[in-house]
Amino acid sequence: MDSNNYSNKRGTYIPPVILAEGLKKSYGNIAAVDNINFAVQKGEIFGFLGPNGAGKTTTMKMIQCISPRSAGGLRVFDLDPDEYPDIIKHRIGVVPQETNLDPDFTCEGNLLMYARYFDIPKDIAKDRVKELLTFVSLSEKHDVSIEKLSGGMKRRLILARALINKPELLILDEPTIGLDPQARHLIWERLKLLQSQGNTIVLTTHYLDEAARLCDRLVIMDNGKILEEGTPSSLVSKHAGGEIVEVEKNNDVLECIRGMNVPFEETGDTVLISASDAHEIARQLLEKCRPKKMLTRPATLEDVFLKLTGRRLRD
Amino acid sequence: MVNIFSIPRINRRAWHVWRRNLTVFVKTWKVNFFPPFVEAFLYLLAIGVGIGTYVKEIDGVPYVNFIAPAILGIAVMNSAFFECTYGSYVRMYYQKSFDAIIATPLSIEDVIAGELLWGATKSVMYVVIMLGVLTLFGVMAFPTSLFVIPLAFIGGLLFAALAMCFTAITPSIDALNYPSFLFITPMSLFSGTFFPLTILPPIFSYVALALLPLTHIVAVFRMLTLPAFSWTMVFNLTWIVAVTLLLCVIAINLMRRRLIV
Ligand SMILES: Nc1ncnc2c1ncn2[C@@H]1O[C@H](COP(=O)(O)OP(=O)(O)O)[C@@H](O)[C@H]1O
Ligand SMILES: [Mg+2]
Repeated sequence: MDSNNYSNKRGTYIPPVILAEGLKKSYGNIAAVDNINFAVQKGEIFGFLGPNGAGKTTTMKMIQCISPRSAGGLRVFDLDPDEYPDIIKHRIGVVPQETNLDPDFTCEGNLLMYARYFDIPKDIAKDRVKELLTFVSLSEKHDVSIEKLSGGMKRRLILARALINKPELLILDEPTIGLDPQARHLIWERLKLLQSQGNTIVLTTHYLDEAARLCDRLVIMDNGKILEEGTPSSLVSKHAGGEIVEVEKNNDVLECIRGMNVPFEETGDTVLISASDAHEIARQLLEKCRPKKMLTRPATLEDVFLKLTGRRLRD
Repeated sequence: MVNIFSIPRINRRAWHVWRRNLTVFVKTWKVNFFPPFVEAFLYLLAIGVGIGTYVKEIDGVPYVNFIAPAILGIAVMNSAFFECTYGSYVRMYYQKSFDAIIATPLSIEDVIAGELLWGATKSVMYVVIMLGVLTLFGVMAFPTSLFVIPLAFIGGLLFAALAMCFTAITPSIDALNYPSFLFITPMSLFSGTFFPLTILPPIFSYVALALLPLTHIVAVFRMLTLPAFSWTMVFNLTWIVAVTLLLCVIAINLMRRRLIV
């Protein structure tokens, strides 16, 4: 799919919502974002997946017009962030990685203040704040101060804050970090709802299930570079095959697998074999080397992620 | 890299930041209005009446009347300086308010401009309260003393910008103690506040006039509250306006350099 050249039915060119070409960001000698290309189309949920330090936040900040790029091309709504930051910022909503709600105000106060920054008239803002608090299930907390909110409530409030200006493009940097499953599901549900209303959503995450569940397309980043791009399922079938056999590791098993001439990966006390016919491999293993523990399962995005970015621990 | 002397572009949205700070201030108005009220009393009693018992007059002016404009000048300095050092640092670093605001159509230049306007506004509010107290003591001449109010805004802007320069380069909130104790405290003593600079060797006057903004502010305030006008007011006012503009530009550019990376 050539995502850079979408056209409508009459064949006129529709520019992508975000277009990055050779985008770069350096901090001194560190290339935080190193020559990346991607295009986000209207109405899709586009994910940036990567370990800590991959350059996801840096990329989001350049899109948000709060960090100037070092080199390359970047267009948001077909505008240059260096030239039209205020026009772009008017049309986007941001959930930052770091929770930065204003502790001097209540939930409602935070949203009203934010509305003012967008020059939204007070009476319109009041209605919208009420709607948004309902949307993120925080209506009862409207006059509670920020310190008294749980982590999940804060993230939900930030999502509401990001929607105050009815953004066409929503940028979420690790929206569900540190949340319990209930809060994560609520946020996922709301994001799907927003997408169905025509919003374009860009999000970063290192939760693989989140990416697999939400994203129409995603890129996997590491060390400032994009390693792969595709739909979650295409990435899984391309890099991890259909299924995975996990076998408990010992010398006999290793020797046996080497003899079978199939690609495998050792991790800790397990050996992983990805294959399209896992059951056949499992049957052979059982016959030849009688492993103590073995299981077969469908491949996931996590397998792709670990394969592409390695198992080395990140900070 | 931005040149620290380049003229920043400021949008009228900067006032939203000012409004934000005002809203927080008004919510806690009792704690906010009490200190300047008390401070005016304390200064006037301890220094004016206390020392004034021994020092009856300076240059033919009753001592209490001599120090009254200095009390106002110091209030201008302290309220703006402390607001835009510790206050702004907390909002910038601990509360991440600036980060939150620049994700909206406001630019970092707008945010800092709003903070500076707020610092100056705080100076005006403090001066208005103190002016009221001092008037009750009968040490303010009217109507000339009323001009102190608009000048408190310009002086406040000067000290807000000076403070913001320190905030922009400080490595931590504790390091802000250095400019406070090594620069602001001595300035409140050696700017012709509680004694005329002319009693010291001339070099002190030159240094004070060249480097200590409070010297100019107190000199102008004194001319207005006594009143006792002199042509040197033109020089004082020109110095204040020029330095205010310069410091505002530098403060905004330094802050941009710190926060936009
Ligand atoms: N302001 C900064 N100054 C210097 N280095 C930075 C700065 N911000 C990020 N980096 C570096 O850039 C790289 C990418 O960081 P980031 O975009 O935050 O990664 P991610 O969001 O994927 O975890 C990291 O190596 C990080 O240390
Ligand atoms: Mg990040």
